[in-house]
Amino acid sequence: MTILSLARFQFAMTTVYHFFFVPFSIGTAFVVALMESMYVHTKDESYKKMTKFWGNIFLLSFAVGVVTGIIQEFQFGMNWSDYSRFMGDIFGAPLALEALLSFFIESTFIGLWVFTWDKVKPGLHAFFIWMTSFGSLTSALWILTANSFMQHPVGYVEKNGRATMVDFGALLKNPQLWYEFGHVILNAIMMGGVIFAGLAAFQLLKKKQASDAARHIYKKTLRLGLSISLIFAIFGLVLGDLQMQYLIKEQPMKFAATEAVYTTTGKHAPWTVVGIANSKQHKEEYNLDVPYALSILSYHSTSGAVTGMNELNAQYKHKYGKNIDYYPPVNTLFYSFRIMCGVAAWIILISLIGLIMSREKSQSLYRHRWLMWLIAITTFFPFLGNTAGWFVTEFGRVPWTVYGLFTIQQSVSPNVSVASLLTSNIIYFCLFTTLAIAMIALVVRELKKDPTQTIEPKFKKVLDPFDKEAF
Amino acid sequence: MSALQLLWFFLIGVLFAGFFFLDGFDYGVGMATITVAHSEAERDQMVQTIGPVWDGNEVWLITAGGAMFASFPFWYASLFSGYYLILMLVLVGLIIRGVSFEFRAKSPMPHKKIWDWTLGIGSAMVPFFLGVMFISMIKGMPIDVNGNFHATFFDYINWFSVVGGIALTLLTYLHGLNYLSLKTAGEVEERSNNYAQFLYWVLYLGLIVFALMLIFMTDFIHVHPVGTLTMLVVIVILSIVAHAATMKQKELTAFIASGLTLVSLVALIFIGLFPRVLISSISSRYDLLIQNASSTHYTLTVMTIATCCLLPFVLAYTIWAYWIFRKRIAMPVITEDK
Repeated sequence: MTILSLARFQFAMTTVYHFFFVPFSIGTAFVVALMESMYVHTKDESYKKMTKFWGNIFLLSFAVGVVTGIIQEFQFGMNWSDYSRFMGDIFGAPLALEALLSFFIESTFIGLWVFTWDKVKPGLHAFFIWMTSFGSLTSALWILTANSFMQHPVGYVEKNGRATMVDFGALLKNPQLWYEFGHVILNAIMMGGVIFAGLAAFQLLKKKQASDAARHIYKKTLRLGLSISLIFAIFGLVLGDLQMQYLIKEQPMKFAATEAVYTTTGKHAPWTVVGIANSKQHKEEYNLDVPYALSILSYHSTSGAVTGMNELNAQYKHKYGKNIDYYPPVNTLFYSFRIMCGVAAWIILISLIGLIMSREKSQSLYRHRWLMWLIAITTFFPFLGNTAGWFVTEFGRVPWTVYGLFTIQQSVSPNVSVASLLTSNIIYFCLFTTLAIAMIALVVRELKKDPTQTIEPKFKKVLDPFDKEAF
Repeated sequence: MSALQLLWFFLIGVLFAGFFFLDGFDYGVGMATITVAHSEAERDQMVQTIGPVWDGNEVWLITAGGAMFASFPFWYASLFSGYYLILMLVLVGLIIRGVSFEFRAKSPMPHKKIWDWTLGIGSAMVPFFLGVMFISMIKGMPIDVNGNFHATFFDYINWFSVVGGIALTLLTYLHGLNYLSLKTAGEVEERSNNYAQFLYWVLYLGLIVFALMLIFMTDFIHVHPVGTLTMLVVIVILSIVAHAATMKQKELTAFIASGLTLVSLVALIFIGLFPRVLISSISSRYDLLIQNASSTHYTLTVMTIATCCLLPFVLAYTIWAYWIFRKRIAMPVITEDK
């Protein structure tokens, strides 16, 4: 175990775990805000009950998302101090702006939202959750500004061994940023829809004794969730396609790795459905190919060659130095990409079927329990898809931290010992496991409650600080 | 040293001062939930005083960290990697405290007890380890020519840093007690006030020890004799003012005075450090200075413009939120179920 491998493992573990909850809370905040706006608009009490019921799930995800986010800001300095020295001039500003513009808004307004039910006018109360949603959406913009620079550096000069900013506007105009931001936001909102639809399906399946009023709320949620997931998954897919077109030009190595293309293809590139990349001999094995398909996917045309990794590696060795190889972990990228796309396709399919079959006239969905189970299980798929997506983005950057400028090897803190890193890895792992167990148990407990009864308990033994009575 | 560098050194100080003033009482209230409360109902009453605001208060720390990264990347990189394990413990404290608000509100007894304890313990861990960090930092750490720490256990944990950690924990605890006296009604108000009255005597003892150690174990008194002595006197005076106010039940005065005590402590540290940001115990040639630890002029300009545009709004809605939650929290009338 080296400091590099331990620091990398810790970064992967903490970011993946954090990113389970980030799109979860961004997405559910948006859907909850929609629900409350419907209540304000229609004055239909069932929307209010819906908002409160699902709002509790959002709050749990927000709590875990916030605390795991603090680690992220600290660990650039803690584990990657040489990276921080090299990049601080550029990387720090978006991070500080994220705190100033986004975190203050979301944390202040979420406090207002939780504690002012029925204390302020419904419209103002809905404004609070929209501000929370706005804060979380813009936080993604700032952190992705920083990430996009690492993928595609712009607006800088290298001076005295560090990257220094010369044009802040260029950072915000980075095309990489707008592809990433769109992709992340659309999928986060989609995730909010999928999670609520899936959990509502679980309730309809499990709570056979539920009152008509409760079933009505679940069914409404199911349809709202499926509509959102369908719309945003389709937009996400289109944007993802545009992003890949961009990757072919800007990060050809990453693109080639997601398709395991080692040798440059002919004019009509075949697409490998499955295969195994032999990363020692730099060739693809056991591959099942579809002729023309890669050209169609890459260029929307039957002809168009894709540059292979072997050729790119030779180019990079010439450009950046011969000491290292520039292949990313090909199998990881190849399969992560397929998992991500598979999840997106599955969500579009299941949302479409679910929406058609749950129409007012037919309602046949609720009689097909196996189909309901499929929707329910889909709750967990976006977590997989998101992680796979980030694997493509981040592993595709290997061996660079900042593309073409600074390697992962150079980035790590030189003075943090293996023992310290091992300690922190173990402690974070145990802490995250405990939080996950507690979080799941509490979500299940909230779900067991009757959504029609969430307004106010008649008697109470102890004061619930998250209850409006105690305000 | 340019004016912008000076401004950002000052602003980092302001952000840490704001953090200790605001989140300081959240830690104090958190500790009080396991020391002052006699029942679960009282604990809920206390938690409710900070429930709507603690998250916003914590963002001051996040902003301080982010702003340090942006304006003094070399300070940020050396400090955060140098205090690796200490900051890991700060993070553990922040995490177990942060989740406890939501988790305890949604947990049934007896599971709720777990989150009561994480709230209390987490709230003590954060100020204690931050105190250890800041105080060992001003004593000077073995920093090499590249700005990397090569410290051993006793560089981090020694009499001075432990006294500093305890002093900071005690200050936040007192600040929290004063906040509780101000924001609650009934027995909790009275008991918090009594605790504070007694604990100020302990604080005086701690302050004397701390002041002596500061004078003999750091170079502050040589580098900035006037500033250091002035701030020490201010800290003592503010503590006495707060103490007197708790005895006269002037709750708002006591709260503001205890908050300003924390602010003065941050000011003392920043004045003593100036014009350095980190002190090397190996050689003063390896000290990190404001002028060579900072970002470029361009980045500082961007940050200054952004801060000037955004900070007024942040302050406005933060004050508005505090105004909305201005009422005292009373004990609820307990109604037996059915």
